[in-house]
Amino acid sequence: PDTIQIIYLIATFFFIRGLKLLNSPATARKGNQFAAIGMFIGIAVTLFDQQIISFEWIIAGILIGGLIGAVLAKKVAMTAMPELVAVFNGFGGGASALVAWGEFSRLVDPTTMTPDSLVTTGLGIFIGALTFTGSFIAFGKLKGFISGNAITFPGLNVINIGSMIAVLVLIGFFTFDPTNQTIFWIILGLSLLIGITSVIPIGGADMPVVISLLNSYSGIAASMAGFVIGNNLLIIAGALVGAAGLILTQIMCKAMNRSLANVIFGAFGGDSGGG
Amino acid sequence: MSALIFSLFIFVLACFIGFELISKVPPTLHTPLMSGANAISGITIVGALIVAGHSGLDSQMSQIIGFVAIVFATINVVGGFMVTDRMLEMFKKKEDEK
Repeated sequence: PDTIQIIYLIATFFFIRGLKLLNSPATARKGNQFAAIGMFIGIAVTLFDQQIISFEWIIAGILIGGLIGAVLAKKVAMTAMPELVAVFNGFGGGASALVAWGEFSRLVDPTTMTPDSLVTTGLGIFIGALTFTGSFIAFGKLKGFISGNAITFPGLNVINIGSMIAVLVLIGFFTFDPTNQTIFWIILGLSLLIGITSVIPIGGADMPVVISLLNSYSGIAASMAGFVIGNNLLIIAGALVGAAGLILTQIMCKAMNRSLANVIFGAFGGDSGGG
Repeated sequence: MSALIFSLFIFVLACFIGFELISKVPPTLHTPLMSGANAISGITIVGALIVAGHSGLDSQMSQIIGFVAIVFATINVVGGFMVTDRMLEMFKKKEDEK
């Protein structure tokens, strides 16, 4: 186990170095390769984790996911890049929500879980699920399946903020009574819904900024999943993306002379005609 | 120091590094950087492997959830790194033409 942790530390080095190199045009491609090496190291060493006993699901999952990812990455037109990133990001957020959920459901008796791992389970499901639906709405807006215009009505922002507070309160209840199935399903359902209702009022032209923000969320969701299963590599890599993604979102807003709050709540900006 | 506090330290420090890592990024790199960072967030695949790889005795349900999580996360990781590379490759070609 200590060996695995040391190798996780090496993977972390590749992620940090990779993100740094991605900042400059001359080194960006190398940076991406560095990050990919870090990911490969992280995955490979995890397969030696003693907790992993059965491999059928793992092999099948990697083959299916790898094939879908590779085909999408190769075939999609270069002009459609932002929406493709949105799709990938949606899957990543969804995966983090599933990791938190899967770990929770693995424990036959959830009352044996500590309060802090229940809180992070709830937060992981919340942020992961809203990233999942939000990213696909962003994809739909850029693709034109969903009107690129700001779809909104008076009070939608209030409803969204209210729902977010409601989910946080429910996560509190969930911590006290993790056996209550109803609370669990309401948290999941409401989180999926918030992803939809918080992206739908934003205009298509602002979608790249929204995708960048959702990318930051998916990092935080991965970090929360890391807290749930007690894995440092997830916590670190997730936090790196969460923070770096937030800074990048701010830079993108500045480039448009807008504030982040204005993008999220402004219900502004019409059809972009696909990024 | 409890495990939670230790993890919180790691989380907060990693956030600070993430904030510092991104500086003056030229606008042409916004999308590739977003895409590359997105691929890194696919690290959740490591969690998916652990959830799916547990013995089937404790919960069939969690294995199925873990399997779907692996499919999702692998799409994110493989697609993310490949598409970032494709974007940056095009970038390089453009530079060469100049």
